[in-house]
Amino acid sequence: MSHTFTLDGKVIPFTEGQTIIQAASAAGVFIPHLCYHPEFKPHGSCKLCTVKVNGRHTASCTMRAAVGMVVESETEEINAERRALTQMLFVEGNHFCPSCEQSGNCQLQATAYHLGMMSAHYDHFFPNRAVDASHPEVLLDFNRCILCSLCVRASRDVDGKNVFALSGRGIKTHLIVNAKSGQLADTDFTLADKAAQVCPVGVILTKRRGFAVPIGERKFDKAPISETAETTEGR
Amino acid sequence: MTYQLETAAHPETLRRVAIDPVSRVEGHGKVTILLDEQNKVHQVRLHIVEFRGFEKFIQGRPYWEVPVMVQRLCGICPVSHHLAASKALDIIVGAKKLTPAAEKLRRLMHYGQMLQSHALHFFHLCSPDLLFGFDSDVTQRNIVGVAAAHPETAKRGVLLRKFGQEVIRVTAGKRVHGTGAVPGGMNKSLTVAERDELLKDIYHIVQWSRDAVHLIQKVHTQDPGLYNSFGIFRSNFMSIVGHNGDLDFYHGTLRARDDNGKIIFDHVDYQHYDDYIEEEVKSWSYMKFPYFKSIGKEQGWYKVGPLARVQNCDRISTPFAEHERREFVDYAGGTPMHAPLAYHWTRMIEMLHAAEVIKELLHDDDLLSDDLMVEGERAMEGVGVIEAPRGTLFHHYRVDENDLVTMANLIVSTTNNNQAMNEAVRHVARRYLHGREVTEGLLNHIEVAIRAFDPCLSCATHALGKMPLEVELVDVEGAVVHALSRS
Repeated sequence: MSHTFTLDGKVIPFTEGQTIIQAASAAGVFIPHLCYHPEFKPHGSCKLCTVKVNGRHTASCTMRAAVGMVVESETEEINAERRALTQMLFVEGNHFCPSCEQSGNCQLQATAYHLGMMSAHYDHFFPNRAVDASHPEVLLDFNRCILCSLCVRASRDVDGKNVFALSGRGIKTHLIVNAKSGQLADTDFTLADKAAQVCPVGVILTKRRGFAVPIGERKFDKAPISETAETTEGR
Repeated sequence: MTYQLETAAHPETLRRVAIDPVSRVEGHGKVTILLDEQNKVHQVRLHIVEFRGFEKFIQGRPYWEVPVMVQRLCGICPVSHHLAASKALDIIVGAKKLTPAAEKLRRLMHYGQMLQSHALHFFHLCSPDLLFGFDSDVTQRNIVGVAAAHPETAKRGVLLRKFGQEVIRVTAGKRVHGTGAVPGGMNKSLTVAERDELLKDIYHIVQWSRDAVHLIQKVHTQDPGLYNSFGIFRSNFMSIVGHNGDLDFYHGTLRARDDNGKIIFDHVDYQHYDDYIEEEVKSWSYMKFPYFKSIGKEQGWYKVGPLARVQNCDRISTPFAEHERREFVDYAGGTPMHAPLAYHWTRMIEMLHAAEVIKELLHDDDLLSDDLMVEGERAMEGVGVIEAPRGTLFHHYRVDENDLVTMANLIVSTTNNNQAMNEAVRHVARRYLHGREVTEGLLNHIEVAIRAFDPCLSCATHALGKMPLEVELVDVEGAVVHALSRS
């Protein structure tokens, strides 16, 4: 038997060591995700990519593919769970899509559309988070952070700078800047950093760019996230 | 220009009638009327009961977010806030002069908005009063009644508005709450296909707008006893005018006149508006009361909007609208017309002008250019002013060195008309309610006076939603004597 498994009944080939999501992605099958990025080690924290393998829930970004696996993804049950997780992300932060410049380019928003999320469902936390505008080229809007840690991994593993970190535990976990002042201006962060390019939402923003891309030309105006090949590569 | 009927001497002895909310206007307001036992009117107030707080919560946000965020003040003319904020932020990014393409595209967006908003107000909100009568059958006095009795008029109203919305869509990306204008210019131009689609319809849009002017002119002139005096009060008036004294909705300098038409100030750069205008706060309304500093709050209040603009300018640049302006000025007899119902006539002249300007712009190839952005020396403060459908709109921002907004002051059109609307309501109450039993039809007279100004109470308090009209007549002990409701 060759290296294949089934995903929602479709035969998916894989190579030794590939995770389920890597193999699915290579075969052109979309599995919703937020903290997974093909260029980085999996983090397994957002749980959006959860699938059922032989009847058991598991994160497809961390589970290696194995011969003969029976994987379920696009089921009503799993998508309802993904939708609930997405709704929780919306209420934990301050995600005001109508005035967010990432609207149309935001992976969280696009995922919510994909999952048919009609409302936030839960009570909003409305956390009080300040923005960090200290850097001359980059604005950090912590209101929109979903704790995917992509910027943490990019800065540490690619840029070699360790600019970002997740601090606190449980519900108090939050993104911080590794500087004595806590301000981005007091780091060696630049727009050229990989960490500046990977945010799937609207936390790490190029200053003074705003709404430069018209409606109709934005990434997810052109195609839904399920049909956008490079969905995992941020902006 | 007095404050008669603003505050009763002994309110505790009077009955209170409340129109809450006022219907067929944008947003939520109420009118309270205090009557004595002989139904004589002692106090009338138009209250704006919403609180929005935009000026506060945009503080600490990056400036480039503001034109998109503040347009959420309103769903009817968000383009006004979008453009006024963009103009203020043009100053901040040093874009003292936009590229021709960017300015024309913004102008197209704005005139499209003027067309759709004026059509909405005249046909959907006000034509039921004007075509059927202020105290006509309440079940007919709505846009559905107009569609049944005057189907062609109703259809044109819907299609005029739709065309304006399409103009907004192709310039801003969406019919409501788009993103077209950005500090320093625009983020898109028109495609040939978009322009040609609009060109297909613009000629009959101009013709229908002319017909609309003639319709309201006929309604007005057929009953001068009512239309020239209903709710009338005299006041100063203000607008921006273009560089030649032309009617201009997008850009110009501030000009104010007194009630006789004499200039109070002219050629005022609106960057210095706060040298000329002050706002008074009153405890009974969330809406402020602006006035000219040089005259003081007792006599210095003013009106804005179509009736002010059409009489404040020296001319209109487009031929059909200019012809109609002259007809109106002749009818007024060479002195300013102050009748609130004349707002409708001038509003339709403005809609015609908007249609003509759109036609001219659609023949300008600059709309297709990609030369859309400029920038220059950064400033920390900027003021943007625009003539919104309802009147002069001020946006004023300060931004810190890290690009975050530290101060915002918005004076919206309806706020400028606050005292004027209160005066109109008081005049109508005195003339129609005084000494008579209150009926729904009589109370609608109050609302007709308010609607003439096309107030946007959502914008004015910087809410959304339409509510049923509920009127309660309460006696001195607080017991409901009579209640009327309309849903």
